[in-house]
Amino acid sequence: MATDNAVKDEKGVDRSKMQVSDTEVAVEIDGMHKWYGDFHVLKDINLKVMRGERIVIAGPSGSGKSTMIRCINRLEEHQKGKIVVDGIELTNDLKKIDEVRREVGMVFQHFNLFPHLTILENCTLAPIWVRKTPKKEAEETAMHFLERVKIPEQAHKYPGQLSGGQQQRVAIARSLCMNPRIMLFDEPTSALDPEMIKEVLDTMVGLAEEGMTMLCVTHEMGFARQVANRVIFMDQGQIVEQNEPDEFFDNPQHERTKLFLSQILH
Amino acid sequence: MAQDRNHSLAYVRTEMVQEQPAPINAKGPVAWLRQNLFATIPDTLFTIFALLLLVYIIPPMFRFLIADAIWTGDNREACIVPGAGACWAFVDAKFAQFMYGRYPFEERWRVDLTGILLVAGVIPLAMPSVPYKKWNAIFVLIIFPILAFILLTGKLGLEPVQTSLWGGLLVTLVVAIVGIVVSFPFGIFLALGRRSNMPIIKMLSIIFIEFWRGVPLITVLFMSSVMLPFFLPDGVSFDKLLRALVGVTLFASAYMAEVIRGGLQAIPKGQYEAGDAMALTFWQSTRLIILPQALTLVIPGIVNTFIGLFKDTTLVLIIGIFDLLGIVQLNFTDANWASSKTPATGLIFAAIIYFIFCFGMSRYSMYMERRLDTGHKS
Repeated sequence: MATDNAVKDEKGVDRSKMQVSDTEVAVEIDGMHKWYGDFHVLKDINLKVMRGERIVIAGPSGSGKSTMIRCINRLEEHQKGKIVVDGIELTNDLKKIDEVRREVGMVFQHFNLFPHLTILENCTLAPIWVRKTPKKEAEETAMHFLERVKIPEQAHKYPGQLSGGQQQRVAIARSLCMNPRIMLFDEPTSALDPEMIKEVLDTMVGLAEEGMTMLCVTHEMGFARQVANRVIFMDQGQIVEQNEPDEFFDNPQHERTKLFLSQILH
Repeated sequence: MAQDRNHSLAYVRTEMVQEQPAPINAKGPVAWLRQNLFATIPDTLFTIFALLLLVYIIPPMFRFLIADAIWTGDNREACIVPGAGACWAFVDAKFAQFMYGRYPFEERWRVDLTGILLVAGVIPLAMPSVPYKKWNAIFVLIIFPILAFILLTGKLGLEPVQTSLWGGLLVTLVVAIVGIVVSFPFGIFLALGRRSNMPIIKMLSIIFIEFWRGVPLITVLFMSSVMLPFFLPDGVSFDKLLRALVGVTLFASAYMAEVIRGGLQAIPKGQYEAGDAMALTFWQSTRLIILPQALTLVIPGIVNTFIGLFKDTTLVLIIGIFDLLGIVQLNFTDANWASSKTPATGLIFAAIIYFIFCFGMSRYSMYMERRLDTGHKS
């Protein structure tokens, strides 16, 4: 998190550590197609994400934006084209898939915390079983990240005892405990009560300020303007338009984008 | 407000309303009686009817079971007196047989010791506050079965005791416990198998489950006892009790599998995805995330199956194994104790024993359900 004396720009963001690499590619998607049975959900997706980039993906429901980011950690399988994450190409090789998943954190719309485990246990499960971190060390790391998302005092409660916003912050902390190099957010605020959205977005802004490579499916346009370097607009399984956020919102080019923006920015 | 037509729509609360205690008539015993027993006229009529029914049933039951019951006596003479109630003297005289069957008298300490070891292992395991669960579980699931096998059948220099001599509660518990303990993991694997993406494993699981669910347990036991020997080469034979155990276990596994599958299906897809996204393997996800939740959800169904299995053990009677109920019935024919009250007394005794075990399982499962409830489902 940014300290108090950090220099914040007019959007309230400390950009001192937000550097985008010129050479290092985090995710590269090349001519990717995906079908559900006969239904062609993703069509010719091409996307290159550099290390440190923050990308917001928007679009109407059913446009394939969630499916696309779920392909990046192979929760969905693509049938054609190439996806390379952190230099590892995703194929049917389970070892490679696990390797990618260890480096890519994911935050879901419905949090998907494990309701039978405490908050702390939720955070230490993967480090202990996947990274083989000793329990004590894993707990220390977990507490560190729970402090960062500002809920260390909830560590011994169960997810069911927390508010939606708190649960989503735990979900973010849980992902961070694996020390991911890339974070995927799949509509992280869509299931939240209006009063809880800000606390989650603030956490995400904090993450961006630290230079995390992020791909966020979200309709939080304020967030997009604040931290994204690029907004990608999808419709009918394809990327229709992409631009830097201010340009994207103020001066959309494609008809579909204009329609979409007029619908959401009533 | 209604009078003032010009009153503006704007309203700002100046003081928040403080919490107040509930009205007096909403709590206390009188309120409880009113709400639960005498709320409406039909409620009141049902309450009175139920009370009358109890008045009608309880006194004769009390007279038969306790007041007029015969507690001591050496033979039927004691129980054939006019007006006699239950013949507890019969149960008293046959008690050892009901517990051990025809297990040799001088070896019965081995059964007792097995029972003590079992209780000593299971009670601390069942109490969540007792530490060393891992070692406790190793004792109950690995060491105890070996010790029990040695003690009961007579290995390592102990006098061998044929299983045909076993009987009574001993047999009931052996069949029920082996059935329960083995069918549980079998059921889990079958349930996972039936949901597997691998076609062969899925098909084998389905065939197994549907076959065993499709045949009555009596048939299974009868086949294992009468038909199996025809298919085995000469000279090869399995112990009759062992055959019954295998039959009961496979039968219970199929039922258990379907109960557990119900639990697996109730787990939201997001739980699997969260596990996958964190690079947990299939078995890690299953063991650490899915099964703990799925099994907790279906505790009522699992215990239902256990209780059903416990009572179904009485069916081993038809292949000539005398479990508790079998041995009680066998003793009705003892001329020494034949009286009009003997069968009723024996059956009531058997019913009480079955009830204690089944009710115990039921209560314990309710306790565990409450304990494992962590609030919201995901």
